[in-house]
Amino acid sequence: MAKVVVVTSGKGGVGKTTSTAAIGVALALGGEKVAVVDFDVGLRNLDLVMGAERRVVYDLIDVVQGNAKLSQALIRDKRVDTLSLLPASQTRDKDALSEEGVSRVIDELRQNFDWIICDSPAGIERGATLAMRHADIAIVVANPEVSSVRDSDRIIGLLDSKTRKAEKGERIEKHLLLTRYDSGRAKRGEMLRTEDVLDILSIPLLGIIPESQEVLRASNLGQPIVASNATSAPARAYLDAVRRLKGETVAMMIPSNRTGVFAKLFRQRAA
Amino acid sequence: MTITDCSRHSIQMRGRPFMALVLAPQQPVADWLTDLDEWLQHSPGFFTGRPMILDVSALSLSKIELADIIADLHGREIRLMGIEGTNPSWLGLGMPPLVSNGRQAGVIEVLDPTTDARTTAHRAASSLLIQNPVRSGQSVIFPEGDVTVIGSVASGAEVIAGGSIHVYGALRGRASAGSSGDARARIFCSKFEAELLAIDGLYTAIDQIEPHLRGRPVQAWLDCDKMMITMAAVD
Repeated sequence: MAKVVVVTSGKGGVGKTTSTAAIGVALALGGEKVAVVDFDVGLRNLDLVMGAERRVVYDLIDVVQGNAKLSQALIRDKRVDTLSLLPASQTRDKDALSEEGVSRVIDELRQNFDWIICDSPAGIERGATLAMRHADIAIVVANPEVSSVRDSDRIIGLLDSKTRKAEKGERIEKHLLLTRYDSGRAKRGEMLRTEDVLDILSIPLLGIIPESQEVLRASNLGQPIVASNATSAPARAYLDAVRRLKGETVAMMIPSNRTGVFAKLFRQRAA
Repeated sequence: MTITDCSRHSIQMRGRPFMALVLAPQQPVADWLTDLDEWLQHSPGFFTGRPMILDVSALSLSKIELADIIADLHGREIRLMGIEGTNPSWLGLGMPPLVSNGRQAGVIEVLDPTTDARTTAHRAASSLLIQNPVRSGQSVIFPEGDVTVIGSVASGAEVIAGGSIHVYGALRGRASAGSSGDARARIFCSKFEAELLAIDGLYTAIDQIEPHLRGRPVQAWLDCDKMMITMAAVD
């Protein structure tokens, strides 16, 4: 049974696209057939982060409007062949998406993939609600800071009312992905602590991704962090998050970027 | 919303929210009407004088079938104030207008059809229980009575109750009790972090509240037009 996951947040710039790419690669490395779909029409970024910007010929709008077949628009990833990208259009905007068209595309994707990860745009308008409409699972991305958390709470409210599942009276599975976490700043009270965020949002925690310069480096190279530097702290955190997404129980810990012989020995012993 | 026109008589229009009950028939309609008749036998006065909305979005009716179902309901003395979920061009003059975007406002508990309709209508509709957190941007409006939330009320959310408000969790948003004009209503919460409190239309500035109350269990009530906020003992 294919699973449709929406990666959403409300607030912009918290790490939805980065996380979509990382989770997509992590799932595909485990052998699953994964499609990542960029719903941010007009401001597409997923293709950049995946390093596929020079291979975009057709996009989601073309498929929705019937100008291209899904197989023509899907771009297979060069690193992991079970991963494909359906990019968004850069020249159109969200009004070009129709609900019926998106529904058709998702249904067709369900036939060919195990996981469909939808990268939602920021905001609460049509783009975001269309991205979440067909989701079975939602990953709500938030930074541990007050405006991000409040916006995420709003988006959780929308997940419980604007999705197909909610309209049928079913509950959509929701997970929190806390990104750009800086434990030093949390300890000093400059950022919200994990417990505070969980107290406000009241949804289960999928993972804590530490703040890291590796992520920006990877994005600029067009390499999702899990592919470019799999031993870095954020990559390991994403890999753990994906294991939890698949149902495994993994102890929650915030990986650190400590390198050096002793730290490496310590990690190996704890593993 | 006030609209004035430039002729001698200025016509003012104001917006006012009303609470309506929604009837949502299911297929097959004939069976649903039979169930409705059984209900009416046990609670004969229930629909009298009560404005109802008919939600036909679960049925795919033709224009004639829609007219038939409206006639069937009129025959049972059910007065329709509006129709939801149908083609607006089918609703001509003489038929109830199309309504849309109704706000969910609490669940009127299903009455036990074997008991007397009038008294149970009052008892059943006096309290609303919400067992999930109220998320940012959501509004809970329940003018008939008390609202109890098991969970938190998020920053940017609001609860408006005709009676008292009880939050077994953190109150981070807005709470307005006694909204239908009841000065005896109170607001209770386990963790006070509210943005705004109001009782019977009287608002209080949260920043003037003593800091020692923040994050604690608190109750708020009116004492001769002054809002009193004190620690509540919650075990």
